[in-house]
Amino acid sequence: MSLRLTALAAALMLAGSVHAADKIKVGFVSTLSGPGAGLGVDIRDGFNLAMKRLNGKLGDLPAEVLIADDQQSPDIAKQTADKFLKKDKVDFMTGIVFSNIMLAVGPTVFENKTFYISANAGPSQYAGEQCNPYFFNVAWQNDNLHEAVGKIVQDKGFKNVVIVTPNYPGGKDAVSGFKRYYKGVVAEEVYTKLGQLDYAAELAQIRNLKPDALFFFLPGGMGINFVKQFVSAGLSRDTQLFAPGFSADEDVIKAVGAPMMGMFNSSHWAHDMENAENKRFVADFEKEYKRLPSLYASQGYDAALMMDAAVRDVKGNVDDKKALQKALEAKRFKSVRGDFKFNSNHYPVQNYYLRAIGKDAQGRVTNKTMGTIFTNHADAYVAQCKMK
Amino acid sequence: MQDEVTQLFLEQALNGLQFGLMLFLLAAGLTLVFGIMDCINLAHGSLYMVGAYLVAAAAQAADSFWIGLGAGVAGAAVLGLLLELSLFRQLYKRDHLSQVLATFALILIANEAVRIVWGAQPVMLNPPDALSGPVEIAGFFYPAYRLVIIAFGLAVAGLLYLLVAKSRIGMWVRAGASNREMTEALGINVQGLFTAVFVFGAALCALAGGLLGPLLAVQVGMGESVLILAFVVIIIGGIGSIRGALVGSLIVGSVDTLGRALLPTLLRATLPADAASTLGPALASILIYLLMAGILFFKPQGLFPARA
Repeated sequence: MSLRLTALAAALMLAGSVHAADKIKVGFVSTLSGPGAGLGVDIRDGFNLAMKRLNGKLGDLPAEVLIADDQQSPDIAKQTADKFLKKDKVDFMTGIVFSNIMLAVGPTVFENKTFYISANAGPSQYAGEQCNPYFFNVAWQNDNLHEAVGKIVQDKGFKNVVIVTPNYPGGKDAVSGFKRYYKGVVAEEVYTKLGQLDYAAELAQIRNLKPDALFFFLPGGMGINFVKQFVSAGLSRDTQLFAPGFSADEDVIKAVGAPMMGMFNSSHWAHDMENAENKRFVADFEKEYKRLPSLYASQGYDAALMMDAAVRDVKGNVDDKKALQKALEAKRFKSVRGDFKFNSNHYPVQNYYLRAIGKDAQGRVTNKTMGTIFTNHADAYVAQCKMK
Repeated sequence: MQDEVTQLFLEQALNGLQFGLMLFLLAAGLTLVFGIMDCINLAHGSLYMVGAYLVAAAAQAADSFWIGLGAGVAGAAVLGLLLELSLFRQLYKRDHLSQVLATFALILIANEAVRIVWGAQPVMLNPPDALSGPVEIAGFFYPAYRLVIIAFGLAVAGLLYLLVAKSRIGMWVRAGASNREMTEALGINVQGLFTAVFVFGAALCALAGGLLGPLLAVQVGMGESVLILAFVVIIIGGIGSIRGALVGSLIVGSVDTLGRALLPTLLRATLPADAASTLGPALASILIYLLMAGILFFKPQGLFPARA
């Protein structure tokens, strides 16, 4: 009996050492259930679409993607990540949607010297003082889309703005990002409860303040509730709505529909961007999933392409961490957003665009790119990063 | 200026009334099932969610909000009937812990089922075009659709009052709740009565979900956030009492709305600016729980205990 066990253990160990050489493992932990699931599902679908395009390979090596749901809980995410790192010995990790979960999982991943390619969460901590060689963000730093809205509200000459955001750290960050570039009057900063359903009280207050523009950052269902109620209160006649791309992408548009028309938002990517990579991505995504991709889907897609290019660069030798880091930093893949490069803190330096919601040629309510807000924009924290 | 302040106050009062009546639609069913059948139904919020999805799906298929609302409510009633016959009937006799476990499982099942059928992203449900804008009343604009919700809420409250307080069925329901064996001995089919109450509660849930869909996100998990408020309402009002549910809903609706509207301004007048901006929203969001604690301190059974 014990002999058989020993033999089994030896076989398993052998199998383990062979794995590292000829197979790439990716641990994908994301929010796939609960109210935040729409975001995680889009990142996953984008990632899987890229894997399909790459014939299930990363850098010409067969790849295995282990997918798990974190249920939007930092504890569950950390447990799952532990399992992926210690038991499955993954080569990359990705997928986390929310920054609070990212901050809980990060230390374990970095300690294990495994590269994390964030396809969404871009906390300021990892862009600044706590920046880490093993952390890359292929999307943006959390403040960036808010900064872009601040800039465009300023440039369009709005003078009297009301800000609505939930009373939590992400909301406060949105306000500081927005105010970094908007210099006019802020008539009121309205902080709501996280998960608030009814906005009638705030809308009455806004009607009384008569702002010429309103900036809101209400993630998920809150934003849907707010836009529906804002429009039915008739406030869209006198007040121009602005939001970061998160609050105005396909997932939200699908739920609100026509009332969203005329709203401005910011993004680093749009489904109508004119480049060959993006056209292929959007067409394939629509064919595969029968819906338009959101920015989250584009980020998941890019994360897979980024891993693929880096693994090819190091010729599959993913255990040479220094070489792999250099390969990731070099960014040899073609992103669906067009060209960008990584800053010294491993966050993108890229363009941000203005999008407006309207009807496209086929009569669908969707985003249309209107122009560029920032060119080669970096985040505000990079100066505090001393990358090892 | 004086005029503007009065108008703002009126508008906020109307908002509180509307929010309260929407809570009432949910709390009415919950309090009946909890108070009369002594059954804790955590899946009440799931019926609300499934109701909203059914209304949205039917409204899109029929291209009419009202047909969708009718079909969705009917669908939820059928679902309620099936649930009562298959599951809840077994639960009435069990202790509260089993009921909590079983209905919590139902929440998980309902959320997954909805995700499988409709996907993880929220679905669209918009009001009829005629009601999508605001109307002018007494010098200020108010969303027409919110007035419709107020009208529905008042109608349901009136109907329930007649049904429970004035009709024979209502008398049976009250009798069955206070002494089941005696009522059965008098020849009344209590089991059938409970089924009817449960189905009625499910239909009210779907009505609330369908009516609120155009104001709120129709998404997986929408039931849980509302369920907590509905429980606060029935605890304040007194478990099992329809009158308590109505009064409790209106109190919670008004306190929440007025608190959010007035607290930040009041605090700013009395405290330094940065303290006020931190304290205001935090205090406004816990106000209804403070209220609940306060009421329970003086009236542990709620405002209108059903079994006094």
